[in-house]
Amino acid sequence: MKLTLLMYLIPSLIMFGCGIYGFLTRKNMIAMLISLELMLNAVDINFALFNRFLYSGNHEGMLFSLFAIAIAAAETAVAIAIIINVYRIAKNVDINQINKLKF
Amino acid sequence: MEIFSNILIYFVIVPLLTIGGLALTSNKGIKAIRAVAVAGASVLMVLAIWLVMIFLRERGAGNQADMILTGSWMWYEPLNVKLALGVDGVSVVMILLSAFIVFAGVFASWKMNPLPKQFFLWFFLLSTGVFGFFISIDLFTMFMFYEVALIPMYLLIGVWGSGNKNYSAMKLTLMLMGGSAFLMLGIIGIYFHSSADGQLTMNILEIAKNNAIPASWQMWLFPLTFIGFGVLGAMFPFHTWSPDGHASAPTAVSMLHAGVLMKLGGYGCFRIAIFLMPAAAQSIGWIFLLLTGISIVYGAFSACVQTDLKYINAYSSVSHCGMVLFAILMFNHTAMTGAVLQMLSHGLMTALFFALIGMIYGRTHTRDIREMGGMMHIMPYLGVGYVIAGLASLGLPGLSGFAAEMTIFFGSFQHPDMFHRVLTVAATCSIVITAVYILRVVAKLLFGVVQDEHHRSLTDATWEERLSTATLILAVVAIGCFPNFFIDIIRDSFNPIVDALQALKM
Amino acid sequence: MITNTVLVLVLPFVMFLFLGLAGVKMPRKTAGVLGVAGMLVTTVLAYWVAIDYFVNHPQHEQIIANVDWLNFTPRLVARMGVLIDPISAMMLVVISTVSLMVHLYSLGYMCDHHGHAEKGFQRYYSFLALFTFSMLGLVVATNIFQMFIFFEMVGLSSYLLIGFYYSLPAANHANKKAFIVTRLADLFFLLGIMILTFSTGTFDFDALVGLGNMDASQKAVGTMDGLNFMGIPAVGWALVFIFIGGAGKSAMYPLHIWLPDAMEGPTPVSALIHAATMVVAGVFLIARMFPLYVLVPMAMNVVAVVGAFTAFYAAAVACVQSDIKRALAFSTISQIAFMMTSLAVSADGGKLLGGHEAGLGYMASMFHLFTHAMFKALLFLCAGAIIHAVHSNENDQMHGLHKYMPITSIAFLIGCLAIAGIPPFAGFFSKDEILVACYERGLGWGLWMSMVAGMTAFYMFRIYYLIFFWKKHEVHTEHEPADQPWTMTLPLIILATISCVAGFVPFGKFVTYNGAPLETHINWTVAGTSVGIALVGIALATWLYFKENPKPERMKNAMSGLWTAAYRRFYMDELYQFITHKIIFQGICKPIAWFDRIFIDGFFNKLADLTGNASFAIRRVQGGNTQSYAFVYLLGALLLAAITGVVIVMI
Repeated sequence: MKLTLLMYLIPSLIMFGCGIYGFLTRKNMIAMLISLELMLNAVDINFALFNRFLYSGNHEGMLFSLFAIAIAAAETAVAIAIIINVYRIAKNVDINQINKLKF
Repeated sequence: MEIFSNILIYFVIVPLLTIGGLALTSNKGIKAIRAVAVAGASVLMVLAIWLVMIFLRERGAGNQADMILTGSWMWYEPLNVKLALGVDGVSVVMILLSAFIVFAGVFASWKMNPLPKQFFLWFFLLSTGVFGFFISIDLFTMFMFYEVALIPMYLLIGVWGSGNKNYSAMKLTLMLMGGSAFLMLGIIGIYFHSSADGQLTMNILEIAKNNAIPASWQMWLFPLTFIGFGVLGAMFPFHTWSPDGHASAPTAVSMLHAGVLMKLGGYGCFRIAIFLMPAAAQSIGWIFLLLTGISIVYGAFSACVQTDLKYINAYSSVSHCGMVLFAILMFNHTAMTGAVLQMLSHGLMTALFFALIGMIYGRTHTRDIREMGGMMHIMPYLGVGYVIAGLASLGLPGLSGFAAEMTIFFGSFQHPDMFHRVLTVAATCSIVITAVYILRVVAKLLFGVVQDEHHRSLTDATWEERLSTATLILAVVAIGCFPNFFIDIIRDSFNPIVDALQALKM
Repeated sequence: MITNTVLVLVLPFVMFLFLGLAGVKMPRKTAGVLGVAGMLVTTVLAYWVAIDYFVNHPQHEQIIANVDWLNFTPRLVARMGVLIDPISAMMLVVISTVSLMVHLYSLGYMCDHHGHAEKGFQRYYSFLALFTFSMLGLVVATNIFQMFIFFEMVGLSSYLLIGFYYSLPAANHANKKAFIVTRLADLFFLLGIMILTFSTGTFDFDALVGLGNMDASQKAVGTMDGLNFMGIPAVGWALVFIFIGGAGKSAMYPLHIWLPDAMEGPTPVSALIHAATMVVAGVFLIARMFPLYVLVPMAMNVVAVVGAFTAFYAAAVACVQSDIKRALAFSTISQIAFMMTSLAVSADGGKLLGGHEAGLGYMASMFHLFTHAMFKALLFLCAGAIIHAVHSNENDQMHGLHKYMPITSIAFLIGCLAIAGIPPFAGFFSKDEILVACYERGLGWGLWMSMVAGMTAFYMFRIYYLIFFWKKHEVHTEHEPADQPWTMTLPLIILATISCVAGFVPFGKFVTYNGAPLETHINWTVAGTSVGIALVGIALATWLYFKENPKPERMKNAMSGLWTAAYRRFYMDELYQFITHKIIFQGICKPIAWFDRIFIDGFFNKLADLTGNASFAIRRVQGGNTQSYAFVYLLGALLLAAITGVVIVMI
């Protein structure tokens, strides 16, 4: 059985869907961050896939995946730092409770 | 710079300098704050008197120009917006009135607490707007100063007010802003029809000279501008901000607001609405005449049943300011002169009223006339002041109200049309109703027996309160005894308007 | 002469300012003495002006000096000035005399029993000076607008003086009532002036009415020709309105209701303002405008009917009052109505009546004004002395005072005889001429007024007997009542003397409508009848009230309905109360205030609420909830993708 593009795309789509679902429904900021990472990773997979299947002579897609992973790592670090600080102030990481800045 | 050689610009610069001076003081140094405020107000007063003298000298020397001391400096080239200054007799007396009230207002808020520095800061910003409005003859500058005068009102009432102050401040500001919206539309409309040859202008004199606004447009623009200013002039049914706003405002703000800011409405009505759009004024002016006629009687009747001193005075203002707009819409020299006299008179006596009410309220902590009585025993100075203000309000000869009202009535009755004359008779009836509510208050508040034993220990006016009220009383008496002095200044200023209206009738 | 007249005006005004501003700093008595001194000088000057005028100007022309005060239009100018003619010179004398008497009298009256001046003594004298100034200004007015101004000013001083005891609720109500009722009348006065000047274009009396002939008036009426409103000529409206203005000040029915209440003021004030001077302002006004009224019979008839009715009405009410000041007040109303009627009956159908005695009514009216001022002031000052002695206004607290206060009693008797029209006292001469003028107009008018004259004699002597006789006095206070100090007695003696001799002044020589002397002869038929009727009235009063007896009580019970109605002044006050409180206050003011709160205010509040609610409804869109943003974003992205897809497929 030859592995086709579609067979790779389906798990990536499921990953992305899970990410969206998690991002929209979870109230915990950490969980939301994880969902966000999930979506990012699904996108990374797609980058690598399309590069491999459509333009196998080039490596831009692969490179972009690596680049995105690096950015995601940095972004996660910042996000977790914010969340920890929020937790210190509010004793809470529920996204709906953190609205002090709104008013 | 050439602009600084015009005395008019100093009416804006002096309040701004005062604001700057106040910014340097600190809230703890109440003496310094007072000194700066008094200095600013006194300089304004001197400037205003000087301006009157300059005006009289110019007119005496045969300068018959519509506006004197004119000057114009380009501000924003693409739209042809200029800082155009100029005064005629009406603006001169209005500036004099404003200076008097600012002066008295500073002394009336001598013990302002808390945040005296910020209070005076906003107070002088308000004055900047008022003076700027009266010295400008450019639509854009006028509108800008108008807005400058409105905004501080929100903070002054919202922060330093009493009672239901948030509601009142919001209501007042929103309603006046609603009026400004109409006004803005009107001004834009006027601007785009200001000239037939494509050189658009904001200068009132030029617009009037071009006389290029098509009659069909005037029918739209006249109501827009008239209502826009009418809201500020407390025209029925847009008067409802006035009772609540005045009731909550601190003393000096009520004084300045009823005394001067409401006059912006009447001034704007004739300077912009009628002057620039005489055709529409001729044909649909009667609708507004009816509304102002209602204002006069309606305000007076409403005042009869109020129990809060400030509400009584606010409704009485509705009635008296209605008289201003009413007379302006009569389109003849005498009535319009009467309207300006009434603006002066109402400005001074209402300021006096609000000052006295503020002083009484500061002592008794109530404004309900049912809870007070026999104040004449306890605070004779304030009592006598109140009686004088009341007598001026009900039009007693020798005080300002009489000269103004008589000029209005006799002028309006000269109108050749029967409809106008019948309305005048109806408006005249207000002098009796005014007597009813004024005497009712005087009897309840000042005469009779002391209602509350705690009031017996209250004190009479302090020196700064005496100074504040005496200034206003003197001005009221001066207008009442020598009306011709003011009439001579005012009267000729209406020549352009009346001529334009006459030309239409031909 | 002009300078002197101006001084006569300025002096009281300066006194007003001086005592009003500096009075509190000086001892009370000093202020009073200063006030009297100032008034004395004013009086001397006023007499000088009057004598100068009558001696040096035998033609009785008008002397006028003006300054412009308020230029309504270049043509219509309100001026301030002085006009001296027979009636204003006469009024100068009357006002200054009575005012001086009252100033002097008040030195004693406004003190307690130890002779200490009351609180507010300075204020009192300052207000008296203000009143004197205003009243003098009124009579020398050169134009109708100046007249209006001083009408307001006397109204103000009356207000201030009625409310002198401002902490008493009754005084507080009375002064409010007086001001508002006269203000209502002044509104009509103002409307009348507005109509009159609309076409004539002038306020000045010399242009409106002139003096000596009807030319000016004819011209003035001519300019208003053809102007009608609701079928009545404009000039008729104007003159009736102006009469209403005068009727308000002169307390003509139905605007009389303020005068009895005005008796809450100090008694000398009642004597000066509400008996002798201010209340005749209306008569003076009609007299000033007399030629115009002559030319408009409709207006003249209104004056005559109102005058004749008021005379009767007030006399009827005066017959049963128990408060002596109220009774005197109604007597005043009745006597002023005599003057009004007298003016009005001297012309009919646009022409003066009476052949060679044309204008007799005018002269008689002014004569009665003069004599009445003297004897009514006397009566009021006597009443003041009595009230000061017994501390009550009610006649059942008095009785039998003749023994204790002989001088007051005799002075009061002279006043009564004068007002009843018994020769040779002053009232006889003036009232006789009024009656002659009435008979000239018609028998009915004459009989009606004669009847009222009889009633006058009756009620005056009723009061007199009830105060000074009836029964022995019961001493209620710690002091026995007695004649008062000289400051109070001297004015009584002076005024009583004037009341005795004033009738012999050849008034017709001085004061006539056209300045030409008028020879008057006593018409003995009329005089005999009226004296006869007066004597009947006095006899009836003597029979009923001289000594204590049950007859009055029986009469009262026999006609209890009528008696109560008259005692309650035929329910006029209740009617006014109903109109002002129930109709105007409850029926107009309250609903308007309610409408303002509910509808006007409600509308704008609803507008604000509506905006608020709309914002509230859509605020979830900007809720700040990250996840809902993301969800909407997702939906939008999907929607866009779907649209793109559909578009691609379509192509």
